[in-house]
Amino acid sequence: MTSGSPRGPRSRDDASIAIQAAGRPRSKKGGAAGLQAFFWRLPWLRPLLLLTPPLAWFVVVYFASLVVLLITAFWTTNPFTTQVVQYWNTDNFLRIVNEPTYHTIVGRTVFMAAAVTVTDAVLAFPFAYFMARVASRRVQTLLFAAVLLPLWASYLARVYAWILIFNHSGVLNWSLQLIGLPPANIGYTNIAMWIVFSYIWLPFMIIPTYAALERVPESLIEAAADLGARRWRTVRDVVLPLALPGVAAGSIFTFSLTLGDYITPILVGGAGSSLIGNVVYDNVGIANNIPFAAAMAMIPVGIMAIYLLVAQRLGAFEAL
Amino acid sequence: MKFGAVAVAAMLLVIACGSNNPNTGNTAQQPPTANIKPPDKIGPGEGQLNLIAWEGYVDDSWTKQFTQQTGCVVNAKYAGSSDEMTSLMKDGGGGQYDMVSASGDADLRLIYGGDVKPMSEKLIPDWTNFQTYFKAPPYNTINGIHYGISLQWGPNTLLYNTTKFKIPPTSWSAVYDPSNKGIVTAYDYPITIADAALYLSKSQPTLGIKDPYELTKKQFDASVALLTQQRQLIKKYWGLASDEISMFQNGDAYIGAAWPYQTNQLKAAGAPVADTIPSEGATGWGDTWMLATKAPHPNCAYLWTAYVSTAHVQAEQALFFGETPVNTKACAEMDALQAGSCAQYHADAPGSYFDTIKFWKTPVATCADGSQTCIPYDQWVSAWTAIKG
Repeated sequence: MTSGSPRGPRSRDDASIAIQAAGRPRSKKGGAAGLQAFFWRLPWLRPLLLLTPPLAWFVVVYFASLVVLLITAFWTTNPFTTQVVQYWNTDNFLRIVNEPTYHTIVGRTVFMAAAVTVTDAVLAFPFAYFMARVASRRVQTLLFAAVLLPLWASYLARVYAWILIFNHSGVLNWSLQLIGLPPANIGYTNIAMWIVFSYIWLPFMIIPTYAALERVPESLIEAAADLGARRWRTVRDVVLPLALPGVAAGSIFTFSLTLGDYITPILVGGAGSSLIGNVVYDNVGIANNIPFAAAMAMIPVGIMAIYLLVAQRLGAFEAL
Repeated sequence: MKFGAVAVAAMLLVIACGSNNPNTGNTAQQPPTANIKPPDKIGPGEGQLNLIAWEGYVDDSWTKQFTQQTGCVVNAKYAGSSDEMTSLMKDGGGGQYDMVSASGDADLRLIYGGDVKPMSEKLIPDWTNFQTYFKAPPYNTINGIHYGISLQWGPNTLLYNTTKFKIPPTSWSAVYDPSNKGIVTAYDYPITIADAALYLSKSQPTLGIKDPYELTKKQFDASVALLTQQRQLIKKYWGLASDEISMFQNGDAYIGAAWPYQTNQLKAAGAPVADTIPSEGATGWGDTWMLATKAPHPNCAYLWTAYVSTAHVQAEQALFFGETPVNTKACAEMDALQAGSCAQYHADAPGSYFDTIKFWKTPVATCADGSQTCIPYDQWVSAWTAIKG
């Protein structure tokens, strides 16, 4: 933030010097030299040409679709043929505000996303700390592979694997029975959903945390030791504050991925496990009520906007 | 600033295209395609046929022979739900699709949306052999005009585990009974509200429910209240047939509404299950081949409909999918393919049998008496979201 203003103009100078250097007239081919001279005379043209395709993509595909989503949320459908009617009203939002069902679902979704984020942060920190600061180079590589390996398998295959663990005659109940404990029966519950989400998004928390921990300078730790801090004191007062932006960056992933998911609730959730994503999915797939789905989809967008503001305060974007 | 400007420009553009013309959809009117005259005879095939179908409805085992006979190459797009079918058929099939094998809960939406057009039963030789009910069922025939030709049907049965339920349940009350907490399953779909309404029509006659798809506010609220109570008993709602099959196999569910398909699969896998149509009757589905308003290959479409209506193909498809043919002549063919299957699937059922099955149809605001006091489908959908929680 603070280094923004001096860096901007200087880098532009660098760019124009580079363009001038590249654009120095050469006498080999007239056409190429002419083109280079043309770029030299209009120094803003080259960055413009380079930036237009990605920027156009961003504006048209990403930003415009968000705007269309917002607009659609203010329309309605013909209740019978379910065709979209472009009649301006705020009924969709009023319905979300007035019906307690949607309060429950939004509350459940945010709570689930928060629970998964906290769980992953607690699990990921010691793991990432070991990877970054304790493990040898060789072990580090092995652990990295272990963290990333599950991402190679399909999301669905991993969720189905958990169903096989949790269901009534599954591995969990079988193991509990083996050691003489009563069956847990957590299949098709919100607890099952919480465990599966925490498992699936864990790599997305470990990696940014690891990156932040690795960047903590050894000299600061030595300095803490010189000043008499014990190991735990050093972790608490030096390592943890410096790693916090990494954890905040990881939490953006775990929080937003849980906030938008609808497949895990369908597969491992039971009665009373709908999240915002399921309401959107049902309204697109079953009810064909696109405007209401759009209104519902604006809620995670709003929640994420607030979340990103907080994460930015915590320095998450410098750690990415 | 730049993004803001683009956003405002995009918004203005969309607003400019918009209109303030809410159309609430009045079913008292004729469907928009009612005046399109169907052809008198089937012309030569166009060589191609694009179908939207349930998975298993366009199988090679009978499609190959059709292509050999008519030269129409069949291209199938499988849809996962009635609503996916409805959205694929938007704008009369968009000039891309010819036909859709829609279920009764989608039919009226397609008809009143103008996406399908009338078909002539005279061009389907086997139509005269159909069960009387399926010649002109209320979900595909309006004012005597057929918006499609019936294909197959099936009931929504009560499936139960025979080791848990030694005495077979005879009433749907079993799925609402608190003593079965945690072992019940139900179909994850708004039309399940009709199952509750059907049960209430018998258990609480004072509500006066005659048709489980035409519910007044009071009747609808009672059905929703029953299902909201039932949620405490539900282990999990099933969306795919395979979900329910694995729940019954793993002991997560012991009783719940199902299709004959699940029973067949579970029995084939050796699971201790049976199904029944309880004393209150059952809901059911009836599928129809419907012709898209903008069908690019109408002759192949008619040739296809005539072909799948023949007794042999009807029997083949019925046994392949686990459903019942509408052609009464298919009974002998079914028994020839698999002994006893005709009776097992009720393909020989007398007309009175169809009084016990209430076939899916799109709930609309217009009640049978013409008043606009019934609860339309979009409210069924939001009520279902609230029931599931």
